[in-house]
Amino acid sequence: MGLLDLFRSHRQRGTASIAKERLQILVAHDRATRNQPSYLPRLQQEILEVIRKYVDVDMNAVSVNYEQDETREVLELNIVLPEATTTKGG
Amino acid sequence: MGKTTTSAALAMGLAQRGHRTAVIDFDVGLRNLDLIMGCERRVVYDFVNVINGEANINQALIRDKRCDALYVLPASQTRDKEALTKDGVGRVLEELGKTFDYIVCDSPAGIEHGAHMAMYYADDAVVVTNPEVSSVRDSDRMLGILSSKSRRAERNEAPIREYLLLTRYAPERVAKGEMLSVNDVREILSLDLLGVIPESKAVLNASNSGVPVILDTESDAGQAYHDAVGRYLGEDLPHRFLEIKKKGFFSRLMGG
Repeated sequence: MGLLDLFRSHRQRGTASIAKERLQILVAHDRATRNQPSYLPRLQQEILEVIRKYVDVDMNAVSVNYEQDETREVLELNIVLPEATTTKGG
Repeated sequence: MGKTTTSAALAMGLAQRGHRTAVIDFDVGLRNLDLIMGCERRVVYDFVNVINGEANINQALIRDKRCDALYVLPASQTRDKEALTKDGVGRVLEELGKTFDYIVCDSPAGIEHGAHMAMYYADDAVVVTNPEVSSVRDSDRMLGILSSKSRRAERNEAPIREYLLLTRYAPERVAKGEMLSVNDVREILSLDLLGVIPESKAVLNASNSGVPVILDTESDAGQAYHDAVGRYLGEDLPHRFLEIKKKGFFSRLMGG
């Protein structure tokens, strides 16, 4: 290591570390979605439609997560209901 | 990314070590392997002719003039990509497998039909990547396809062995933090490293003259490919050309 390297390490980091960070996030996300069943987006849409018949929820109030490990598959549904009960119809 | 350059170099390297090797161009419509191998003027029949039964495999194979153990099966330049049928490719590979030790399948870019055909029957896969974000991401997608869409996956057999080959590597730029390092790429893709090919003028010179770069034994890229072939065959070789070339005392002191 040269003498000047001591000072260089304080310089702004290069773009390679940005690339690495971005890729790690992206690859993790790609891998998580890779093994998901292809019906997930439609499932999410239909569940949302059913819920909206009864409760006035936001378009992104329903999230569907699919996880897989060696022994089981987990389909996780998360529905955020609005605070005040605004039930439709009745 | 250097897939064809790599296919040519690895095939030549295997053949030079005495293994009967065939290298097949799967890029139907955009054939280039013949050009990189320097046999473009000797193409009479191609892969699609063989699949369609218009020529037999021995008529289509081009024997390399530099190495007796090496044969090239060119892609067709004009036909429809769908001409590579799964059955047809399977038949040709099976036929070649009777007399060849290694069959190198040069995959086209992308994840379309040609690439799928090139990997479908594979035992081993060499993923050729540049230290560049889009290339690394594409490689990861390719890995996903290798593990789910191959014959081995469909039959629940042992998965394809996957290797990483990093090309166009510039240690100076890595040292400056401008380029992903080999360890970064390895970490992101979690793959065994087959080799690192330095960015080299030799690669362009080689393709200009139709000589696989591995035959340029003076060049860093040629030597790096030679090592990669050795590693593939099980030799334990240290990775070279990962560090900046040594400088004199003064420039080291100045850190430049």
